Amino acid sequence: MKVRLLPSPQSLLLHLAVIAALLAANWLLPEYHRGVVSRVLVLAVFAMGYNLTFGYGGLLSLGHAMFFAAGLYGAGLTIYHLDWSVWPAFGAGIGAGLLLGLVVGALALRTSGVAFMIVTLMFSQVFYLTTLYFTTYTRGEEGLILQQEVRSLELAGATFDLSDPSTRYLAALALFALVLLFTLFVIRSGYGRALIAIRENDERMRMLGFNVFANRLVALTLSGMICAAAGAAYAVLFGYVGSTLASTQYSILPLLWVLLGGAATTLGPLLGTLVMFYVIDIASSHTTAHLLVVGLVLIFLVLFFRRGILGTIRARWLPWLP
Amino acid sequence: MGFGPYLLLATLEGLVTAAVLSLMALGLSLVFGVMRVVNVAHGEFFMLGAVLAWYFSSLVAGDPALGFLLALALSPLVVALIAWVSDRLVLSRLKYEPEATIVATIGLLYIIQQLALTYYGADSRPVEAPFTWRIQLPWFGYSGYKLAVIGASILLVALTALLMMRSRIGLIMRATQYDSETAQAFGIPVRRVYSAVFALGAALAAIAAVLVVPIRQAHYLMGQEPLLLSFIVVIIGGLGSLRGTVVAAVLIGLSDGIISMFFSPTLAKMLATLLVALVLVFRPQGLFGTAAR
Repeated sequence: MKVRLLPSPQSLLLHLAVIAALLAANWLLPEYHRGVVSRVLVLAVFAMGYNLTFGYGGLLSLGHAMFFAAGLYGAGLTIYHLDWSVWPAFGAGIGAGLLLGLVVGALALRTSGVAFMIVTLMFSQVFYLTTLYFTTYTRGEEGLILQQEVRSLELAGATFDLSDPSTRYLAALALFALVLLFTLFVIRSGYGRALIAIRENDERMRMLGFNVFANRLVALTLSGMICAAAGAAYAVLFGYVGSTLASTQYSILPLLWVLLGGAATTLGPLLGTLVMFYVIDIASSHTTAHLLVVGLVLIFLVLFFRRGILGTIRARWLPWLP
Repeated sequence: MGFGPYLLLATLEGLVTAAVLSLMALGLSLVFGVMRVVNVAHGEFFMLGAVLAWYFSSLVAGDPALGFLLALALSPLVVALIAWVSDRLVLSRLKYEPEATIVATIGLLYIIQQLALTYYGADSRPVEAPFTWRIQLPWFGYSGYKLAVIGASILLVALTALLMMRSRIGLIMRATQYDSETAQAFGIPVRRVYSAVFALGAALAAIAAVLVVPIRQAHYLMGQEPLLLSFIVVIIGGLGSLRGTVVAAVLIGLSDGIISMFFSPTLAKMLATLLVALVLVFRPQGLFGTAAR
């Protein structure tokens, strides 16, 4: 069998069509829904980062909130306290994610299975407690608000105001499109194939001479960077940086989104985030008990719908779906 | 008051924490040891125990001891029943696969928490202690109830250990823990044992909660912190080792009591969590555990 490393034309077309549809949505959606979808796009980037370790790498981490928060604080604190502009602050956020991914990965990957989940959960908890401990700088739960004037992006000589709804939507979409195509190419590359093979049988890959630890570390570091990019984008687009976004709940949400959309599918994270947002949105207009909905959906998913929406579609009808 | 009395007070408070923690961690460790299930909803069983204790004790007027005894009898029973049903409805259908059960117990956590918020509310509510004696020490008077909690916890831990080591039920549980397939082949109803162990683990958390409600009030978010602490205890003690769990609970309880009295509680929690994560990284079997099979 010939091994094809580049994405197939049809899957590439599908991804470009999704991006084009989201672009058109900027002018078609009513104001409220455009706001919701811009938030969903940023959080979908977070979910895509999570999907790289959980879906493709097969590593169930319960600590990804720390990577998201690393980007959030990396960008937010440098803007707030050091008056950095958006670009270097965004870079600082990603850099923080890279560093944290390397350090946490090198430590946590010494364990596996249940121990890995607990270790990542604990590192994330330490990060959360750290944001609370340095309340003088982070203002803890209450958080920092980034004012409109510091959230302007300079690109090709022009200045964009990221608090403007349309600009914000387009900026979120640009980041989303970039990460989506990046993921598509990574999982189709030789490295991506090795990562998936390690998920299926790490013993065999070890015997074949692959460095399992190094491959997983790369996955976790890439994932940390993507999640941090989402966090940094959240800080500059929505202007809020607070420790609630570092709490355990924000480690569990991407797991939920990825499971719902379909783990190890490139578009699953977007679909899962979008559906879950609207489920909660609709549920909140009927009841205040949205945690109940989240809990029931989680249990329902693991009981009856392990592959998620796109995973099921791929298994039944469209085997070429990446 | 000099340094000595402060240290004594911190030690006593630490022992109370250790007493409650060892009961709760014992339940978590039992469930993990026998079923290999990491029960993230364990903290919510603890919270349910406390909330139900408030409910049952509020049913009885007059002597607070009566209400407390009613709560002590009924609250763990109801929580055990809820755990048994969730095992039957959810965990057993997942065939106790580790990752799936983690996700499912996270779902359970959210459901229980939301139901408690909806039906019980966001207030903290107290339960009156069954008695209010004070033991007069040379420097200060100390609550007799707190000392009774320590005593009750020692008794219950000893009973659980006896149950595990000496009784037929314990033998069946240990056989299931050691090799569930062979146990099944010898006619042990493994699925029923699993349900019973899950219920027993939840009941231990609920008893710990009933004991603690007269000291700290019942609140719908009270399960989160003890959950993390019990995780720490179970890991340090060695996953599935009962003796290690108790030793670690005393260690953590005492250091928590003493460090929080002299330093910032957030810093203490931060360092403890980091330390435990590193213990797990470099010594996955825990301090007292044997290597995992």
